[in-house]
Amino acid sequence: MKALTRIGFWLLVVAIGLFSIFPFYYAVISSFRSGTDLFRVAYWPESLDVSNYIAVFERQPFGTNIFNSIVVAGSVVALSLALGITAAYAFGRIRFRGRSLLLMTILAVSMFPQVAVLSGMFELIRSFGLYNTLPGLILANLMLTLPFTVWVLTTFMRELPKEIEEAAFVDGATPWIVVRRVFLPLMMPAAVTTGLLAFIVSWNEFLFALTFTLTNEQRTVPPAIALMSGSTAYELPWGTIMAASVIVTLPIVALVLAFQRKIVAGLTAGAVKG
Amino acid sequence: MSSAVAEAAAPAQANVKAGRSSLTRSRIRAAWIFIAPTLIVLALIAGWPLARTIWFSFTDANLNNLADYEFIGFENYLANYDGEWLGLLTDPDWWQSVWNTVWFTAISVSIETVLGTIVALILNASFPGRGLMRAIILIPWAIPTVVSAKMWNWMLHDQFGVINDMLLRLGLVAAPITWTANPDTALWTVIMVDVWKTTPFMALLILAALQMLPGDIYEAAKVDGVHPVKVFFRVTLPLIKPALIVAVIFRALDALRVFDLIYVLTANSRDTMSMSVYARQQLVDFQEVGLGSAASTLIFLIIALLIVITLAAGRVRLGGGSR
Repeated sequence: MKALTRIGFWLLVVAIGLFSIFPFYYAVISSFRSGTDLFRVAYWPESLDVSNYIAVFERQPFGTNIFNSIVVAGSVVALSLALGITAAYAFGRIRFRGRSLLLMTILAVSMFPQVAVLSGMFELIRSFGLYNTLPGLILANLMLTLPFTVWVLTTFMRELPKEIEEAAFVDGATPWIVVRRVFLPLMMPAAVTTGLLAFIVSWNEFLFALTFTLTNEQRTVPPAIALMSGSTAYELPWGTIMAASVIVTLPIVALVLAFQRKIVAGLTAGAVKG
Repeated sequence: MSSAVAEAAAPAQANVKAGRSSLTRSRIRAAWIFIAPTLIVLALIAGWPLARTIWFSFTDANLNNLADYEFIGFENYLANYDGEWLGLLTDPDWWQSVWNTVWFTAISVSIETVLGTIVALILNASFPGRGLMRAIILIPWAIPTVVSAKMWNWMLHDQFGVINDMLLRLGLVAAPITWTANPDTALWTVIMVDVWKTTPFMALLILAALQMLPGDIYEAAKVDGVHPVKVFFRVTLPLIKPALIVAVIFRALDALRVFDLIYVLTANSRDTMSMSVYARQQLVDFQEVGLGSAASTLIFLIIALLIVITLAAGRVRLGGGSR
């Protein structure tokens, strides 16, 4: 009986692992097959044909798309953290009237459906002359990352012991100095966590990127992949799409595997404690 | 003697108090200065666009020329021309998208909760390779939604897909299934891919709750020889219920605004179109900013209502919990 339970347990573990990993594994082996080879189902890596990887950069500006994604996600992370840490200090360490109402409002914004602001955002971006530009996407993506950055950093900030800033204040330090000299170093781990989450959100963002860009040169990776088409409208270039998918997923998977603990801590701080 | 000391101490105490309150006041001022940039940015990129979207829903604005429009009241929602009812609320496609979204949300969140709990219970047991497993189940969550939709599109290809190949080899189906094109299977396919992608997220939230449970209860249950299944339903489930409810609400709010997955997996197909896909189609593809904004506004109202209920319920619970 006991042995049977153990076997069942391990079967479940293996099944969950296979189920999680198989689609990505299959994308990887498909990306190394081309021509008619691709249209014969194979379960094991048989060939190592890199022509799909060459095609993805030659047939369209995929290098530019990756660069765009890095610029957008990087800027969004930097802006969210800069704004988020100062705001989180105020929300987490200072009592003032209207604090919980404001925090609730910010939490509510993080649950906004993106489509609810789509036409207003379109008008805003156009009136700033930012349509089909990267700054336009950075502005739009901040709506997705800033609220949860503030929220998660505030929960981290609250957990720091009360005595930390008191000594600094007694010595006559201003709040700004306290934030920069005392809290910034202490907040580094939390900032790494929220920064990673913001990076992933921005890197994966699709609706804004699809709607606020027009030309392939200005697109970030998700719409570029979604809109990849072959020589004819009926024939999708599956090999190239899989190669592109593997390229953009690898850095994210590497980040997740390397920072697994931090990401989980950030996710649960944002949701469970919220 | 003691009263003299007290008298002497009183002014000093008042001084301290005055000093503290001026310090408090300067800190409150600093607080407002610190949150001002965030509030301004959020007002500009969330508040203002939302207000404009709601405003557009009462106009006949067109994407070609957003500056030129007229106020038309509720006509985008419901209008009567010569006895014929028109507008969003009479559009069967809109109601189909509402139904699809509600169905998608209910089914996928239910499955994800059950599977997520099972995965969390497994990851909560100690076994060699647990850290690796925890990292592995994060992979579906981290893969960009567009990419996972494309990967599944390829795996579910009706002629060359690996899923059909497996099912045929195992003899489970007689002929390949056209997963995303067939109206009977399309929405289930979308649900299946969403379950693959978001169960890890659920599992991690539930796992965090499981890890906060006190171990001695389980020791006691083990000593008393209570069956593990009974322990789960009588002890574990009630204890993780608050966290479970929060996780379900978060996921449900997320599922109600689903866009990427459905748009990439099945394009603008009527059988699977979600509310967000419908709104974007009106807005961008048909250039009907007025009608699209009306749909957006309704989506916002539905989700806002749910958020208000959630927050109110959360406050009640928090108030009750802090006895």
